Amino acid sequence: MILILPIILPLLFMVILIFTRRWLFFQQAFSLLASIGLTVLAALLLKQVYIDGATTLQMGSWPAPYGITLISDLLAAIMLLTTSFVAVVVMIYSPGFIDRERQTAGYYPLVFGLLMGVNGAFLTGDIFNMYVWYEVMLTSSFVLIALGGSAEQLRGSIKYVTISFVASIFFVAAIGILYGQAGTLNMADLAYKMRTWENMPYINGALMLFFVAFSVKAALFPFFFWLPASYHTPPVAITALFAGTLTKVGIYTMFRFYSLFVVQDVLFWKIFLLVIAGLTMSVGVLMAASQFDIRKILSFHIISQVGYMVMGLAIFSTNAIAAAIYFTIHNMLSKTNTFLAGGLVYQRSGSYDLKHLGGLYKTAPFLALLFFIPAMSLAGIPPLPGFFGKFFLIKGGFEAGDYFITAVAIAVGLFTLFSMVKIWNEAYWKKAPDGETGNGKVGTSAIAATAVLAAAVVLLGIFAGPVMEISQQAAIQLADPYHYIEAVLNISSK
Amino acid sequence: MESVILQIAARHMRPLLIILSVIVLYRGHNEPGGGFIGGLMLGAAYILYAMAFGVGKTQNRILFSPINLTALGLLIALLSGVPALLSGMPFMTGEWVTFFANSAFELKLGTPLLFDVGVFFAVAGMLMLVMFSIMEE
Repeated sequence: MILILPIILPLLFMVILIFTRRWLFFQQAFSLLASIGLTVLAALLLKQVYIDGATTLQMGSWPAPYGITLISDLLAAIMLLTTSFVAVVVMIYSPGFIDRERQTAGYYPLVFGLLMGVNGAFLTGDIFNMYVWYEVMLTSSFVLIALGGSAEQLRGSIKYVTISFVASIFFVAAIGILYGQAGTLNMADLAYKMRTWENMPYINGALMLFFVAFSVKAALFPFFFWLPASYHTPPVAITALFAGTLTKVGIYTMFRFYSLFVVQDVLFWKIFLLVIAGLTMSVGVLMAASQFDIRKILSFHIISQVGYMVMGLAIFSTNAIAAAIYFTIHNMLSKTNTFLAGGLVYQRSGSYDLKHLGGLYKTAPFLALLFFIPAMSLAGIPPLPGFFGKFFLIKGGFEAGDYFITAVAIAVGLFTLFSMVKIWNEAYWKKAPDGETGNGKVGTSAIAATAVLAAAVVLLGIFAGPVMEISQQAAIQLADPYHYIEAVLNISSK
Repeated sequence: MESVILQIAARHMRPLLIILSVIVLYRGHNEPGGGFIGGLMLGAAYILYAMAFGVGKTQNRILFSPINLTALGLLIALLSGVPALLSGMPFMTGEWVTFFANSAFELKLGTPLLFDVGVFFAVAGMLMLVMFSIMEE
């Protein structure tokens, strides 16, 4: 019962917000309350799953594997909670940042459309249904990225829409092959058949197509180019929401698919993912180092950080997966936070270009602090969560004996520090180039939202122990696919 | 461009298409048809009208603005899952009621049909929304 609510409540909220789209204040207040409600709901779900193990629901009473199954294990519940929290913060931020015209043009209903798609993708246990949720999520994001219709946004959104469609083609093609081979798309049923059938041909081909589809969405190495070309165009609140939710859905799906479906040629997939992870990390961070627009630096960093998550997945020991899950939580919060802080800089100085910025440390020390926390967290300075995430990942890498990728991860960490310090030096520390720092009005709610998120980042670092403990449980569930299979089907693993 | 032939045709086609769209919607559960196709026909009825008389005049004729019609459709589709929740079944479990059973006017109504009605309005609203904004350009 509680499983269906994270999907239908956003739909209900969206409908209400469409009917009331002219009343700006109602939209703002209602969206905030609604997203807080979703967060509470996700927390309840996490608690329930933590106590009882994976929970399932058969939509419309059609039994698995014939109907659509909704299932939440710990990983899904964790992702759900983090996403909802990011949404709350963005909802606090938006009234103080996004212009009135965009806010009444359907910004709030679209955010809930996006949330519905994201939540659906986390909770579904059926591959075709997952494709549908991806489309719900992408369609909302298409409109959000073009909302307002400035020339720059349209340029960015054309690239984004085109590449997303291509990825969807790969997704559907893979689904078609899989359905033709196995005759089922229920994920648990499929995983079970892959383990029990003597030989299932073309599985690696289908998985590779899936990999292409998800790596486009998660912005992995050869398919990341669309992200820095489009993410910096909409207002930064929208970018922050995308950075905190959209790319992470791709990562979540990869975790799910890897644990359930990679049965044949495990070694090939491991090496393949390790290479991809290493290249994603290093290419992302190197390209970030050469940028001078805050939003572009941060966009390239999304790519580099996603590499860390894939690294944890590729190693696939319990510790490494747990570290990757913790890292994902940290990244969703810290990344969103840096984008929001970048937005504050823009409001204050009227520019995102590091060459024109400067002196903010002196004139706006609080804004500087709000950027400093998440930036140092991303760079991996203790006691912030980025440090623990990287530490556990690297530890997991050493334990598993994957020394090369671990070395790459450490080196990339250094470069991350370099580009965070670069933003810090240029925007906050150096003297303003024109002698003026700008004195734009910074929205109160925007500052409040950034502060709330920065506090959450700090707390995630302080409570790294308990969070890591939950991640560890989630990793144990993920490493044992029968936990998932048995929750959906009435099959005993022995 | 105003064409008298088109205007007369549109005036007479509109009620015909609306009635037909409802029939297509109703038979859709067991036979070809359904909410999506019915919604397209409903939308087509008003698009034809807008081609003949202009978008402004058409918008005066409809009770709901297209975007509200879409939202209404989504709401109805959402509500169709709720009766199952009330009786303790998983969301969207089908519930049926039959009127005038075993007579010539047997009428079966159920939540899947209600869902289709939601799709019907959502599709029609979306179609009108898109076409009207293109035609206004």
